[in-house]
Amino acid sequence: MKLVLQGVAARHATAQRRAADALQGLSFSIGEGEAVAVIGPSGAGKTTLLEVLACARPPALGTLAVGGQPPWQLPRHALQQLRGRLILVPQVPPLPPRQRVVTAVLAGRLPSWSLWTSLRSLFYPVDIPAADEALEVFELADKLFERVDRLSGGERQRVGLARALVSPARLWLVDEPLSALDPARAQRAVAALVREARARGVTLVASLHQVDAALAHFPRVLGLREGRLLFDLPAAQVTPDLLARLYAQHEDELHGAPPADDTPVPAAPVAMQCR
Amino acid sequence: MNGVRPAQRDPAWTGRVGLLLTAAVLLWPLLVATEFKPWLLLDADAARVTGHFLASFLPPAMSPEFLWLVAAGTWRTVAMATAGITLGLLLAVPLTLVATRALSVSALSGRMAALPLVVRQAARGLLIVLRSVPELVWALVFVRVVGLGPAAGVLAIALTYGGMLGKVYAEILESGDAQVTQTLLRNGASRLQAFTYGLLPQNAAELTSYTVYRWECAIRSSVVLGFVGAGGLGQLMDGSMKMFAGGEVLTLLLVFVALVALADRLSAALRRALG
Repeated sequence: MKLVLQGVAARHATAQRRAADALQGLSFSIGEGEAVAVIGPSGAGKTTLLEVLACARPPALGTLAVGGQPPWQLPRHALQQLRGRLILVPQVPPLPPRQRVVTAVLAGRLPSWSLWTSLRSLFYPVDIPAADEALEVFELADKLFERVDRLSGGERQRVGLARALVSPARLWLVDEPLSALDPARAQRAVAALVREARARGVTLVASLHQVDAALAHFPRVLGLREGRLLFDLPAAQVTPDLLARLYAQHEDELHGAPPADDTPVPAAPVAMQCR
Repeated sequence: MNGVRPAQRDPAWTGRVGLLLTAAVLLWPLLVATEFKPWLLLDADAARVTGHFLASFLPPAMSPEFLWLVAAGTWRTVAMATAGITLGLLLAVPLTLVATRALSVSALSGRMAALPLVVRQAARGLLIVLRSVPELVWALVFVRVVGLGPAAGVLAIALTYGGMLGKVYAEILESGDAQVTQTLLRNGASRLQAFTYGLLPQNAAELTSYTVYRWECAIRSSVVLGFVGAGGLGQLMDGSMKMFAGGEVLTLLLVFVALVALADRLSAALRRALG
């Protein structure tokens, strides 16, 4: 799916009334089937950018075209249909406790399913082979019937990625897919993601903390700093000098890998309300 | 307080004492208005009457004929409560789905649109009307329509409990982490799909235990409704009280305790199964 942005400005989800815009004057376009990495220090607006591209948040200024359509001028039903043709994978995987991995992965199919099929799939999963295949890509095939709250943080994140693989989406927007993975796994996961997107001809936009992974696996890299586009270059042309400017005052994020948090997440106790 | 330097004195203390004094001053007229005179309980005459009444409870009535009546009454009471709750659910679940903010598609991108807002408020208003009329009043209305018998009790419980369940369900669904459902909606799932794949698995344990708790309340309610002619244990209790048959009253009270304990165990077991 093709993406065109012209002079887009947007605010952060939890911004105060008079806070500065998280994105300012962004203009670029991403072609059908391209794979693009978005890098930049924390607070650069990477997540906000992905949310704008996912039609989750309207831009404050400028124009946006997703698949040739202006999402915020569509009637709500058409907008929801357009949202069904893309998938946004948030950094914290959206998995309800007690759900099983197979159900969580197949939830990516919901936009293409009727209500009846979705209910049937809760009784007996409709497309187990597809879920298994997607999990195989991210080395999780043995977890097919596990409960998601018994998985580690990194495994949960990869379940979120597997959801994109089974979805009917033609645009994958992936927010920090590697934040909870150890370095070796992270490299394999990002390689798999780019490979699968290319094999399906899907457009892929991923925000990444790991600069080396972005440069190694993505043909095109956007450098975002303080809500502005610092550079938009083929990976081979991103110089150490540019990176130093991108991460000025945030050098630790450029060099140090983020801490890998791969310990199992304990299930949160169910809060009781007495009424 | 002597010897304590001013800097070490808790500055919130005066405010707390003031609040307590204000509360006491405000409560006094309430106690006068409700003729709250606990010392009357200790009055010699009153104590004797109470003592006689309580003494007549022993031993509990255990004659086979009476136990048979109690068994039939228990069955009727439980049936009335269960049928009432089930009908109430049929009323509450659709209203919950309409009323809960968590399933709003238009609210995803900031503010909820005008029409959905009005519809949601209307559903909430209907829930308020349903539960603001006590089941006893509904029962008195229905006794005139359908005549004496459990049917009036079932309808009364269904309306009041439908209102209560709908309100609390909507609050439970809104109080949890919104991210899971939001992600599903943002990726193009319909409201009911987002409910069955996101909200429901996330809140299943709490919804279940609240429903069982309300079933327990419905058993108590159906006893009260028995006093106005809905049958079951309440009607037996009414008869026994009027004939000053203390032993029968004690037997009936023991049955109530057993029923509430049963509901408590059931709720615990269901929570374990869903946790």
